[in-house]
Amino acid sequence: MRRILPWLTPLVLGALFLASGQQEVIIKVMGGAQKPALAVPDFRGSGDAAQHAGVFNETLFTDLDESGMFTMVAKSMFPLEVPQRPEDFRAPLPPPPRRKDAQPQRQGPWLTDWSAPPANASHLAFGYLAVQNEQLVLFGWLFDVTQQDVSNAQLFGKRYFGPLSADGARKVAHEFASDIIVQFGGAPLTASKIYFISDRTGFKEVWSMNPDGSDQKQITNYRSICTTPAVSPDGARLAFTTYARVNPMIFIHSLETGRRLPFYNQVASMNATPSFTPDGKQVLYASTASGYAQIYIANADGSDVRRLSNVRAIEVEPKVSPKGGEVVFVSGRSGPQQIYKMNLDGANVERLTTGEGEASNPAWHPSGEIIAFAWTRGFEPGNWNIFLMDVASRRVDQLTHGAGRNENPSWAPDGRHLAFSSNRSGSSQIWTMLADGTKLRRLTSQGRNEKPVWGK
Amino acid sequence: MLTKKFVAALLLSFAILFAAGCKKKAPAPPPPPPPPPAEAPAPKPNPPMITLFDAEPGTIERGQSSTLKWAVEGADDITIEPGIGRVSANGSRQVFPSSTTTYTLIARGPGGEARRTATVNVTAPPPPPPPPAPKATFEERLAREVQDAFFDYDKSNIRDDARATLTRNADALKAIFRDFPDRSVSVEGHCDERGSAEYNLGLGDRRATSAKEFLVQLGVPADKLRTISYGKERPQCTESNESCWQRNRRAHFAPGQ
Repeated sequence: MRRILPWLTPLVLGALFLASGQQEVIIKVMGGAQKPALAVPDFRGSGDAAQHAGVFNETLFTDLDESGMFTMVAKSMFPLEVPQRPEDFRAPLPPPPRRKDAQPQRQGPWLTDWSAPPANASHLAFGYLAVQNEQLVLFGWLFDVTQQDVSNAQLFGKRYFGPLSADGARKVAHEFASDIIVQFGGAPLTASKIYFISDRTGFKEVWSMNPDGSDQKQITNYRSICTTPAVSPDGARLAFTTYARVNPMIFIHSLETGRRLPFYNQVASMNATPSFTPDGKQVLYASTASGYAQIYIANADGSDVRRLSNVRAIEVEPKVSPKGGEVVFVSGRSGPQQIYKMNLDGANVERLTTGEGEASNPAWHPSGEIIAFAWTRGFEPGNWNIFLMDVASRRVDQLTHGAGRNENPSWAPDGRHLAFSSNRSGSSQIWTMLADGTKLRRLTSQGRNEKPVWGK
Repeated sequence: MLTKKFVAALLLSFAILFAAGCKKKAPAPPPPPPPPPAEAPAPKPNPPMITLFDAEPGTIERGQSSTLKWAVEGADDITIEPGIGRVSANGSRQVFPSSTTTYTLIARGPGGEARRTATVNVTAPPPPPPPPAPKATFEERLAREVQDAFFDYDKSNIRDDARATLTRNADALKAIFRDFPDRSVSVEGHCDERGSAEYNLGLGDRRATSAKEFLVQLGVPADKLRTISYGKERPQCTESNESCWQRNRRAHFAPGQ
């Protein structure tokens, strides 16, 4: 018995680890529990800038909170004295020498106001708004409040300019938030775009919007059905399936000129679900050129077509790993649709999902190690939820839990956010969330909106 | 109302009784006068003689004519009824009876009266051809004669009920293509809302292809049938229940473009 016990212990520990490893994939994407504890007190504005402080504070807080990179310190834990400039910090005087248990003598705001309980912040973003030459100017600083010396605390301090309006307040808030996110190694999303399908004109067209849902713009105008959009890795081209020429086929548009680019479609009843390779030089898609929808690869103009899969089953949605080399796709070769993986030459086909339910919409995480996808496992057909899978270990984490149909997850360039479609509000709309399933945000409301793809 | 009628009837019966009473009281009429003394009878002339009265032809179709011919001797008043009236002793007349008519010739003269009849039988002509039926358009015939074929969830094989439907469709399509040799049909594959939109593009294509192949086996020309998958992009209903899902899992036949 004594001899067995030392062997048994790792087994028991291993079993415990497996049982608690439910969030393993999420942790791999989002990082561990140790996030910077960021305090963001409300900024005030002087003169005419005061009226825009509300919009500014809301925008700044939302951007930082929804980045998922920080533990946002609750405002109720903040000290009463809030600095507005670095020079507001006043080092406390040492305690009077005669009394043994005496506290340091407080002179004004100090770093420990934020780093000590109850705030327990590691970082502080502060500053103020003012008007300069009829422009809105933001003075913003980021301090590491765990430092002993205020001269070592500043991580950056910067001025931001914008028009003296609510939009100007949003602009400087986005820019300041982006700089803070970059400071911690994050990738701000403000410059990225979400492309999606909307029927708000009465026809399904491709639209674009900012990651906060602002600036929704119509991209295509075929007055037909457009669907399954995909963006090139450099964000310059948009590929999609359209019925503009009767049978579904692939069109590619330049997002810079808005013009249609040449793309050769095979003679087939259907060419659909295009996606770009990481270098943007090739396009993968599904075609019925030989019967069942199968996976093909071609040059960016459609030339030099090669067939990658060869089975009597429906296969769609090929997506090449950001690392290249591997393709995930959806196939009905074992029955209900499941997610498979193969090499870029069509070899080494493996099923990734267990065969339970139906699985679709695979989307590679920028790391090339994880996919997000939609799965009906545990639910009736049609009740899709968003899952993450670590492709090497096949471990999965579930991000949505039966609130409507949740489909077409697409990773933000920061690898921490997902856009997806959900009908949880009654009709299909575009939502975003952090890759741990939190910070849900609905971006659209007009018409029915679906199939988001997040581009640079 | 009833009372009024009753009173009226009562009054009437009194009136009748009263009138009868009056008659009884009237004096008896005088006896008739004696007849005049008979004169010596004149020599009686011969009665008129109808030597000819007939219709030629005796049977006509409605709208055609027949000719009445007659010859009478010893009469000074000759009429033909109905509708002709007085005529001369010898003659003929075209008549256009719309139904079978018996004409009567009445000849009166000093010697008396003679009658003879002639009948024109009128037969109904064969009915005219019915007005030409408005020619059904290609679209109308397709909608009326060619039915949707239905499928199981995530399947594209032809079920027994779809087999029967498609067999009827094959005959209908062959007849329609005979009448409209320049037209073609779009075989649309549709899916219910549950599978992913992307996979359903492929599934709809299989359904359209299965339906087309079945029809071609039954002799429908392949070059007249073009397949197209609409996946779940064009549902005909949007309720989330099996009856609506089944309506959407179909091959539909639309005019080709």
